[in-house]
Amino acid sequence: MSQINRLAHGGRIDRSKPLHFTFNGQAMRGYAGDTLASALIANGVRLVGRSFKYHRPRGIMAAGAEEANALVQLESGRRTLANQQATRIELYEGLSATSINCWPGPNFDLMAVNSWFHRLMPAGFYYKTFMWPAAAWKYYEHFIRRAAGLGVSPKLPDPDQYDQMNVHCDVLVVGGGAAGLAAALAAGRTGARVILADEQAELGGQLLGEQAEINGKPASHWLAAGESELAGLADVTVLKRTTVFGYYDHNFAGMLETRTAKLPNGGATTRQRLWHVRAKRVVIAAGALERPLIFSDNDRPGVMLAGAVRTYLNRYGVRAGSNAVVFTNNDDAYRTAIALKDAGVKGVCVIDTRLAPHGELPTQALQAGIAVIDNSTITGVTGKRRVQSVEVMTLNADASGVIGPARTFPCDLVATSGGWNPVIHLHSHAGGKATFDEARGLFIAADTLQASACIGAANGEFQLNDCLKDGFRAGRDAAAKAGFKKASRRKLPTAAVVDEAPARIIWALPTTKPIGQRGKHFLDLQHDVTVADVQLAAREGYRSVEHTKRYTTLGMATDQGKTGNIPGMAVLAQALGVANPGDVGTTTFRPPYTPVTLGAFAGRNVGPLADPVRMTPMHHWHELAGCKWEDVGQWKRPWYYPKDGESMADAVNRECLAARNAVALLDASTLGKIDIQGPDAAEFLNRIYTNAWSGLAIGRCRYGLMLKEDGMVFDDGVTTRLGENHFLMTTTTGNAAAVLGWLEEWLQTEWPELKVYCNSVTEAWATLTLCGPNARHLLAEFTDDMDLSADAFPFMSMQEGTVGDIPARVFRISFTGESSFEVNVPASYGLALWTQLFNAGEKYGLTPYGTEAMHVLRAEKGYIIVGQETDGTVIPQDLGMQWILSKKKDFLGRRSFARPDSARGDRKQLVGLLTGDPDMVLEEGAQIVAENRNNPPIPMIGHVTSSYYSANLGRSIALALVSSGRDRVGDTVYIPMPGKVISAEVTTPVFIDPQGERLHG
Amino acid sequence: MAEVEKPVKKYSLFSLARNALSFHQNWEKAWRSPEPKKHYNAIIIGGGGHGLATAYYLAKEHGLTNIAVIEKGWLGGGNTGRNTTIIRSNYLWDESAAIYDKALQLYEGLSQDLNYNIMLSQRGVLNLAHNLHDVRELKRRVHAIRLNGIDSEYLSPAQIKEMIPIIDISPSIRYPVMGASLQRRGGVARHDAVAWGFARAADARGVDIIQQCEVTGILREGGRVTGVETTRGTIHAPKVGIVTAGHTSVLAAMAGIRLPITSYPLQAMVTEPVKPILNSVVMSNAVHCYVSQSDKGELVLGAGIDGYNSYTQRGSLHIVEEQLAAVCMLFPIFSRLRIMRKWGGIVDTCPDASPIISKTPVEGLYINGGWGTGGFKATPGSGWAFAHTMARDEPHALNAPYALDRFTSGALIAEHGAAAVAH
Ligand SMILES: Cc1cc2nc3c(=O)[nH]c(=O)nc-3n(C[C@H](O)[C@H](O)[C@H](O)COP(=O)(O)OP(=O)(O)OC[C@H]3O[C@@H](n4cnc5c(N)ncnc54)[C@H](O)[C@@H]3O)c2cc1C
Repeated sequence: MSQINRLAHGGRIDRSKPLHFTFNGQAMRGYAGDTLASALIANGVRLVGRSFKYHRPRGIMAAGAEEANALVQLESGRRTLANQQATRIELYEGLSATSINCWPGPNFDLMAVNSWFHRLMPAGFYYKTFMWPAAAWKYYEHFIRRAAGLGVSPKLPDPDQYDQMNVHCDVLVVGGGAAGLAAALAAGRTGARVILADEQAELGGQLLGEQAEINGKPASHWLAAGESELAGLADVTVLKRTTVFGYYDHNFAGMLETRTAKLPNGGATTRQRLWHVRAKRVVIAAGALERPLIFSDNDRPGVMLAGAVRTYLNRYGVRAGSNAVVFTNNDDAYRTAIALKDAGVKGVCVIDTRLAPHGELPTQALQAGIAVIDNSTITGVTGKRRVQSVEVMTLNADASGVIGPARTFPCDLVATSGGWNPVIHLHSHAGGKATFDEARGLFIAADTLQASACIGAANGEFQLNDCLKDGFRAGRDAAAKAGFKKASRRKLPTAAVVDEAPARIIWALPTTKPIGQRGKHFLDLQHDVTVADVQLAAREGYRSVEHTKRYTTLGMATDQGKTGNIPGMAVLAQALGVANPGDVGTTTFRPPYTPVTLGAFAGRNVGPLADPVRMTPMHHWHELAGCKWEDVGQWKRPWYYPKDGESMADAVNRECLAARNAVALLDASTLGKIDIQGPDAAEFLNRIYTNAWSGLAIGRCRYGLMLKEDGMVFDDGVTTRLGENHFLMTTTTGNAAAVLGWLEEWLQTEWPELKVYCNSVTEAWATLTLCGPNARHLLAEFTDDMDLSADAFPFMSMQEGTVGDIPARVFRISFTGESSFEVNVPASYGLALWTQLFNAGEKYGLTPYGTEAMHVLRAEKGYIIVGQETDGTVIPQDLGMQWILSKKKDFLGRRSFARPDSARGDRKQLVGLLTGDPDMVLEEGAQIVAENRNNPPIPMIGHVTSSYYSANLGRSIALALVSSGRDRVGDTVYIPMPGKVISAEVTTPVFIDPQGERLHG
Repeated sequence: MAEVEKPVKKYSLFSLARNALSFHQNWEKAWRSPEPKKHYNAIIIGGGGHGLATAYYLAKEHGLTNIAVIEKGWLGGGNTGRNTTIIRSNYLWDESAAIYDKALQLYEGLSQDLNYNIMLSQRGVLNLAHNLHDVRELKRRVHAIRLNGIDSEYLSPAQIKEMIPIIDISPSIRYPVMGASLQRRGGVARHDAVAWGFARAADARGVDIIQQCEVTGILREGGRVTGVETTRGTIHAPKVGIVTAGHTSVLAAMAGIRLPITSYPLQAMVTEPVKPILNSVVMSNAVHCYVSQSDKGELVLGAGIDGYNSYTQRGSLHIVEEQLAAVCMLFPIFSRLRIMRKWGGIVDTCPDASPIISKTPVEGLYINGGWGTGGFKATPGSGWAFAHTMARDEPHALNAPYALDRFTSGALIAEHGAAAVAH
């Protein structure tokens, strides 16, 4: 195909760089600087896709982010991108795009049968049908789902990468058009840190599509000079292809930067980058979006926005048609008429809804020989796949209908303009209000909660000269408010002021029949929402603009209603008989302004990097030993260490036997460690823990239980008194951060009078737990300054000394019920000591053990694991731990024991379970019932919290929480599983060494 | 009584076809927009799903039709219109299972009952486990739910992959998928349709739904409620129900009641629409992600709650980033899709993560709230039980456990585990 619509010269494209691409398989050519849309128009492509609901043929209607029709699937395979606006895809060599939501293609689309039934499918029709028979909805839904959805998701993982940046700045300028560039220059000149972001590949905004002049020269000169000046300012960052997509509280903005000109392909760099910007001031110069006129069959391919038509001519050197009608309610569109005429387009005429337009631009048009048909409207458009003609009639006195004879104008392009809407999206994201300017029919930003200002076209300022003035003032002002004042005597640039007459606003233009009965007046082109739909919604009582939006789906498509929302809202106001559309209001603008890639939100935090991995100093030893890992919070912990050919059960059994019969070593470094100091430290612990701490001698350890205010067990651990005012608290691995947060919360908000300081020291220490009858012998080989004998170093005490010449704190505490020593050394020595122990330990049968063996060993002793035996509903009494509740002092959670529920007789209590079959290991989480049956519903009396095979006992054991469990010891209970019922005897929860002889030995 | 039962203009394919002939000019209003009367037999504050369902069941089950629902904005515009629409009844505790399954059963017949297609789509809800602790907890739930007579299964990673071929179950991701619970009866429903269906059916039974009317005070005399002060004047009623998710404590404070509720923003979002790619609902509490695909083709995604209390209905960006990172970890093929719209709602949470459906110390004043992040699924059951409570001045067995006094008695229904965010 040749570029039949490319003008011989003009535009900002680089004609020396031709590019090849395909659309729906057809080979075409364009130039560097084209968008896919401009190249398609150049190649004479009219039909680019089909609409969502009726599958009506659709063409390109805009030139930017407001495009509602021209969505394509860009590329295929791993790098495919769905639903991309052709207007925002920069053309690149080899680009391949296809139409979406039509089969086999946009010219002949089987789903277009939908449009035959369009009368059965008004807004919300699905709420009214598909209900009978009830069971059939499933099948209807299947077809609805298949029909919905536009493009297709990639089927393979994303090959590209995304990253994120965090920056602070003094002034963030959103939009690099005339106003934004002026603001950035003014702010930048003061020395402020400025970021200027623009969604396009070039600065200039609307200027790029106009023939405007600044200081009497083409605007491009001023743009180039401005850009180079910015480049010379050290503290100014200019980001192109960067959309400020969301504006949040405290002047925080999210920006999406596309880093390559080739949209789908990150290549060697990250494809997109998400910026987090905290700005002192934000200047919103995001421009304005043209809104279409809403008339019968305004969706035909070839009906376009007038400004877009101009942009295609001026910026891309393409004409969107060869025979054009301009349809407007304002003066601005006359610029398009004149430009079309200048470009040699035939038959250019203007249909104006106003009576006798007389402003500067209409006068120029008339002088150029362009016919102007005033006080008229288009009443119909012919041509299904491409506009062929329009029918035009005169408006009646109140524009509610048409009169007189119909005239037909053959044309293949209709350029329409209903005026411009300021882009107040960002302003609204952050809680800003908007007011309706009735005279001009547009929403203007009003009060804001942020340190921001809307300027230029984004503030309803449509004269270039005013935009420039506004921009320089706003830039200076923002910089000054951010603390940068510097007077500048430079002369401000100027542009000619064009006197424009007011628009005549008629929201839905009449045709020969009532609206909805001749053709369709489309508001939302992508979702096929019409004026009749909005009127139906109003008639049916969906009076709120939000109801109408949801009922009709107006503005909920990928363009988020950039062109359709305001006319839709006004149509609703009329339907409701509300005089001022401002009273109906807009729907809330939601981020993002334009869609943002999931991958960019995720940044680098994907796959294995989704969350930091915390590793102990001995991590690599474990890995070399071939351990299996368990994720505990962010920590990697060795789960068990299988030897060649060993099953998990084999390995765990071996580790458990070693711990009770020889010696075994656990990496316990992950346990939370909080260093607590200060004159009130003991008092603080008295309040935090249920037991008393003041009397604890220095060098002694004590087990403590922490409760939440509701009396439920929150955490446990051993705390040691290192000095008069100094304690070391240990917590469970998973809860370490939560416990520190809890301590700080009480210290900072409830007990600020206490002089206590808490510090996490978890990662400062490596903790090596030697456990078993040979532990003392092995350790003795490594220390000569500590007496390890049971008398000198009793259970629940701590000594400081050296172990293997390394300064160490050794604790005689135990989570297995065996005699055990927890050796703490500075983290960087952990691996050295660990290795040394293994070098010497073979003769004692030293075996590494993991978390699974640890769990089995502690269960043999009936020790609880918080989060396993407890679940936020368990009080210490349930665990048989009344002994730990001080009666002499207050502590967190104590008050709750006065609540009747704490004294309930049928509370669930911790018990042991022994299955009838000693080899049967119950499933953790299995439910316990009193009756031997398996037909739900069955009342449950408890559940299995922990369950293992115990090699030391040669049978299975389990812990459980059972209603009135302690009274049931000796009873049989039942565990119904799918397909079988298992019986078990209730026992006390301690299976080994109830007297604790091993512990103290 | 003045109210006459207005015949419902039935929705059906037939009525659609007939109305098509007249260009849809003759549809009746889905609901009226009446002026508030001076006096009603009962007032429900809050026109969300729960408030509207309460009104509907008050009229339908208890014959109370001289009642009003008072809504400060537009009906269904609170959390009802902002949620990720996940419906399930796979809760751990008996009390929860009972009320959520009652709700699910009502949902199963709701389109027909209301004559409004709420598009209940029972495509199955999976809750994923990513560590041994999750596995244990999920199994506990699966067993408990099964023994409560509610459908519930446990799936291995291979079975998950079979159901959701696009999920990454490889051990190389940061938190590999270790298993899942599945409730096949779970799924999604169209949230707006639930609100609108209840509103239309309640209106048809004579209920006045008064929108754009904010309650500013609760009138009391001698320990009894007598009505409400509103931006459209004083309205009297001997019974008042507060059903104002997101503002439950604000309304309760108007009657001098302090509730143990904290309010947080919770965010949700949708992607651009794509052809069907995900059939079931997938939830993961451990890595915080909730995703389903709507009938329109959008992926509907829910985030976690913000760390700070707020009434702004706007959440923080980083919460969304964490959640989308989790989505990309589990579904690496979604990385190139784009978020089209995101928003927030305010959720009221109780200390035990269970709701309040209760009488109050003020006679004639009732509260239904504190549903936190997961009350959409309860809508019909909650309304049904609350209607009973308001009509009879005593709770139904289903909601008796959800009384206010549980915070003093300690008989809490701890559903934290149901989810850090339970949708
Ligand atoms: C992002 C998000 C995702 C969620 N996802 C799910 C999910 O997947 N599944 C699920 O089950 N639940 C979910 N939820 C929770 C669910 O949305 C709510 O629990 C449920 O919708 C609450 O319904 P409601 O009718 O009580 O409240 P709402 O719908 O919030 O209604 C309360 C109404 O009270 C009105 N009101 C407030 N103050 C006044 C006053 N002074 N006068 C008059 N009217 C007043 C409000 O305007 C509002 O309309 C989610 C919530 C959010 C925010």
